[in-house]
Amino acid sequence: MDLQLLFYIAGKHLFSRLKQSLVAALGVTIGIGMFITLSTFMTGLNGLLDGLSLDRTPHIHLYKEIGPSERQPLAFSAAYADDLLLIHSIKPKRRQSRIASATSMIKSIRSYPEVRGVSPHVRSQVFYSAGAVDLNGVVSGIDVAEEVRLFPLEDYIVAGSTDALKRDENAIILGHGVARKLSTDIDGRVQLLSTEGNRLPLKVVGLYQSGLADVDDTQSYVNIGTARRLLGERTGYVTDINVKLYDIENALPLAEHFASLYNIKAVDIGTANAQFETGTSIRNLITYVVSITLLVVAGFGIYNILNMFIREKMNDIAILKAIGFSGREVKMIFMIQALAIGLFGGVMGLLLGWGLSVLIDHTPFEMEALPTITTYPVNIAPIYFVIGFAFAVVASYFAGYLPANKARKMDPVDVLRGQ
Amino acid sequence: MNKKSVIRATGINKHFYTPTDYHVLRDVSFDVHAGEFVSIMGKSGSGKSTLLYILSTMDTVYEGELFLDDRKITGLPAAELSAVRNEHIGFVFQFHYLLEEFTVLDNVSLPAWKLARKSREEIRAAATELLKLLDISKLADKRASRISGGERQRVAIARALINSPTIIMGDEPTGNLDSKNADNVLAIFRDLVTARDLTLLIVTHDQDFADRTDRIITMEDGRVLV
Ligand SMILES: Nc1ncnc2c1ncn2[C@@H]1O[C@H](COP(=O)(O)OP(=O)(O)OP(=O)(O)O)[C@@H](O)[C@H]1O
Ligand SMILES: [Mg+2]
Repeated sequence: MDLQLLFYIAGKHLFSRLKQSLVAALGVTIGIGMFITLSTFMTGLNGLLDGLSLDRTPHIHLYKEIGPSERQPLAFSAAYADDLLLIHSIKPKRRQSRIASATSMIKSIRSYPEVRGVSPHVRSQVFYSAGAVDLNGVVSGIDVAEEVRLFPLEDYIVAGSTDALKRDENAIILGHGVARKLSTDIDGRVQLLSTEGNRLPLKVVGLYQSGLADVDDTQSYVNIGTARRLLGERTGYVTDINVKLYDIENALPLAEHFASLYNIKAVDIGTANAQFETGTSIRNLITYVVSITLLVVAGFGIYNILNMFIREKMNDIAILKAIGFSGREVKMIFMIQALAIGLFGGVMGLLLGWGLSVLIDHTPFEMEALPTITTYPVNIAPIYFVIGFAFAVVASYFAGYLPANKARKMDPVDVLRGQ
Repeated sequence: MNKKSVIRATGINKHFYTPTDYHVLRDVSFDVHAGEFVSIMGKSGSGKSTLLYILSTMDTVYEGELFLDDRKITGLPAAELSAVRNEHIGFVFQFHYLLEEFTVLDNVSLPAWKLARKSREEIRAAATELLKLLDISKLADKRASRISGGERQRVAIARALINSPTIIMGDEPTGNLDSKNADNVLAIFRDLVTARDLTLLIVTHDQDFADRTDRIITMEDGRVLV
């Protein structure tokens, strides 16, 4: 088979019908381009929403649940072993939120190979006071370096930075809503009042905005040492342990393992975000369905145009066969045309998809809830370009195959007999 | 005659089954010898074109046997028939089909490119030579869709000649030509028969044309009259 000759004939066919060839390629271009744009945009959006909730949720959250002990002291006494014990009005003990021997627990959790990191928290109810106002809220004392490494805290700081918190034991990052209510701003002063009555004057070094009003109106962050000082606790006092894993799939089994090992409440991210997971999978499903539809439509475009090409080229097919081209060679001529359309349309589709993605990536997108986002989120991942291009080639192959095969089988005598 | 036969047909029968069974060729048998210039005549609808399509190996649905240069053609696989057509048979259709998007020169050259026995330059030279012979050399670079009916017919003849085939079959190749050009084509055919020892089998309605050939095969209702 003289491929050069077949390419020459295919090329003549394509270029003498340049407009139709371009329209066919345009169908592929739009299909592939939209597929890529949709994929990058939808996954970008999904990533944003995932990040919004999943990234800042610990994969496993360990804490001491407030509640009375399962076994009361009376049960430990051998003297009443045979008696029916009834105790009324059991109330939980104070200091229940402390995690016992947290330091060694954290050390041991860190040694698991699945664990990326552990961030201890000291959480406490507080009052914020500035001037005459006292405001109810929650302060989290954090190990700043570890928290920033594991969680996207930095992304939600709208003014100032976490660096100051790392260095300064008398610094605080206030929730945006808290700061507004206290009429204070960065470099302002605020007093923290613990439930015990301890008072700590702090300097505002940053503002935090998560986008969730409930959180922003109450939450603030201080250094973990500052929190312990406020509560009058020693080093090693921890109320919550947030664990981040390498693979989110391990969250549930590890949470169960930790819960029984340390006799502690352990909530995994799946349980904490059950409804969120459903949302993500439905969005993914929609993305897939729409993408596949676009690709299939592009495939039909190629099929249609090629069918039309071949109907118009009945005479040429008959002549080529009459002067000695075999059916296989004639088929090849049309396959070359189909693949050329697919390749050209595919390459243009890549450019279109890339262009639109970049355009969306630069389109302003301001939302109260997403302070660090200024443009629409786009996930320009090479994989969508690879899939899009591969589909263009595969689809044009199959779309071209049927009409080209028809050309292979066509009987030249039927055409040459004339109408 | 003791000359070698180029085409031998024995007992060719063909039916069309749509719309109804129609026995279009009945027991057609004849020989064409090397260097012979044979014409086929007969009323419209007598089956001349149908016979020619079978002889040209394009139509394979028939009963009987067909030999080309004493080689049995009947029953050969399609790919081999393509090669036979490319190398040994030049065909001028009743409706002179050309590849519309290609230049006249390309149209004439394509069978030779396909045969791939000569370089592109040699083929180009040979094609140009043929165009000159048929008095259409000035059309060489024109697109086939832009030339007249008579010119198209001559391009089709040049294309049939390019591979110096064993036999040229023509289905009314002079049908669309004025008498001057028809005479010209006839003269060319005569020339080729003597100069290149070509064998010609030409369907024609033109009695003058037929009279100037070596032999006339007459067809009537699907039979060859003797
Ligand atoms: N595909 C077909 N199906 C059915 N009948 C056909 C078909 N092709 C040709 N015929 C019939 O076969 C007969 C012979 O046709 P053919 O074309 O061979 O005639 P012809 O001798 O070449 O006539 P003309 O001189 O007009 O070209 C005609 O009666 C025609 O109607
Ligand atoms: Mg006819």
